[in-house]
Amino acid sequence: MRNRALRIISGLGGVVAILAITPSVGFAQDYVPTAQDYLNNIWVFIAGVFVFFMQAGFALVEAGLTRAKNVVNIFAKNLADAIIGILAFFAVGFALAFGGDGWFMGTEGFFLDGLDLAAIPEGGLSPATTFFFQAVFAATAVTIASGAMAERTKFSAYLIFSAVMCAVIYPIVVHWTWGGGLIADIQIGDAVFSDFAGSGIVHMTGGIAAFMGALFLGPRIGRYDENGKPRAIPGHNIPFATLGVFILWVGWFGFNPGSELLADEFVSTIAVNTMLAAAAGGFVTTIAIWLVAGKPDLAMIGNGVLAGLVAITAPCGAVTPIWSVVIGGIAGVLVVFSVLFFDKIKIDDPVGAVSVHGVCGLWGLLSIGIFARYDDAFLGREDAGLIYGGGFSQLAVQALMAVIILAWVGATTAALFFILKKTIGLRVSAEEEIEGLDLLEHGLQGYAPDMAATR
Amino acid sequence: MKLVTAVIKPFKLDDVKDALKAAGVAGITVTEVRGFGRQGGHTETYRGAEYKIDFVPKVSLSVVVADESVDSVVDTIVSAAATGKIGDGKIWVTDVDRLVRIRTGEEGADAI
Repeated sequence: MRNRALRIISGLGGVVAILAITPSVGFAQDYVPTAQDYLNNIWVFIAGVFVFFMQAGFALVEAGLTRAKNVVNIFAKNLADAIIGILAFFAVGFALAFGGDGWFMGTEGFFLDGLDLAAIPEGGLSPATTFFFQAVFAATAVTIASGAMAERTKFSAYLIFSAVMCAVIYPIVVHWTWGGGLIADIQIGDAVFSDFAGSGIVHMTGGIAAFMGALFLGPRIGRYDENGKPRAIPGHNIPFATLGVFILWVGWFGFNPGSELLADEFVSTIAVNTMLAAAAGGFVTTIAIWLVAGKPDLAMIGNGVLAGLVAITAPCGAVTPIWSVVIGGIAGVLVVFSVLFFDKIKIDDPVGAVSVHGVCGLWGLLSIGIFARYDDAFLGREDAGLIYGGGFSQLAVQALMAVIILAWVGATTAALFFILKKTIGLRVSAEEEIEGLDLLEHGLQGYAPDMAATR
Repeated sequence: MKLVTAVIKPFKLDDVKDALKAAGVAGITVTEVRGFGRQGGHTETYRGAEYKIDFVPKVSLSVVVADESVDSVVDTIVSAAATGKIGDGKIWVTDVDRLVRIRTGEEGADAI
């Protein structure tokens, strides 16, 4: 029943099978979908809509945690991520991710060419449903880096980053995992990789890109005093940021339960685990930041909720509710100390994207090796986790997977940011940064005074 | 005529407004301002890092009054705005050369 490999082959890999016999279309039409098949496709489509709405959440979190003078630029970047992400994934990304079974990348289905989009295979998703769901995931992966690069990145350079990320860097990670490539081929003992909805594949990928972006950009002017001590630059709209967290939380009810890729009984168990981890992350972060800074800092508590969500994204299909709370709670501590750590080493990440998505994404990936009890359709076995007597093999596979993703995304994004820095430039001028990106980059104010002439 | 300008703690605005109304003042103009005096700024933490607030939020209110009411208006503001703690603000009085009510064109004391 819960055989993810089979489902991916019929759903996503079915793309390849259909491609192989084009232009004949007889094959796909032979199967008459059942009500359950339609239900599966409709559910995954709706879940994809939820995931797409996460773009609004990301935009609000980033805009809220930065200054008013850059708010237009921040919304522009987030909208551009959706626009460019969808087009780049359509043109190139989807084919690299799912268009074939080579170990490195797929090679068929550019521009969705040759696909019988409406054909629903038995127990699976049509290529259209698959593309829709995967495209909104790709847009998510790329937009994560935006927050870490806020308030100082040249818009043109960001657009190029966004396109390359969605066309190549992220799709290759997807091909290596959900697409059946390099990482999917790894086996240690009985253990094969598991990353149900993408703590590693989506979030850690975005988090690594975020780290490289912040590293190559350098900190914002005024972020460190003359002695190198971190100085906070408070966000201009905490209600924005908090609303963004709520929207992301809602979006995650599509992100994780939708990744079941079926309308079945596990959709709700995954939703429960997701909900619990988020609450636990927020709860533990509240305590942690209260103890560390003396006040329950709302900007950090929002990060805590997201940290819990990111961490549970990989194990949400494999763990019990109790362990979901533990996984989210540990993420809630990790995120606080990670934010303080990256502050200290002068990685200026205005929204905490590196900590939330990178560090907690890694934690989510590894947590499977410790807490996995149920077969989540990737694991292929029950009791894979360390505490259920599964031994260290699962943890080893998860760690190896993390290292491979880290190496690939780290190297490619570093190369990309290096080239951008040496050619068109990655960072705006000091004058523009101080003045604000809104006026000089976009010629528009976020909160223009209401004094327009009436005639 | 005199212009009375008072910079006070924002949460004291309602008390000052009520006291001035009770004292017969017909109108006040209020601006949200920021500044520092002897109170200086203070340090806050945000996402675990400290930052200094050099300019503390205050409310500035302006009242134009007839010469003979100046002292009572100033005293009213002082008693309504005082908390006894540092940062209560300041009041200053300046001359007003000309005052016009835009709607009617009335000038001087008639326009107060």
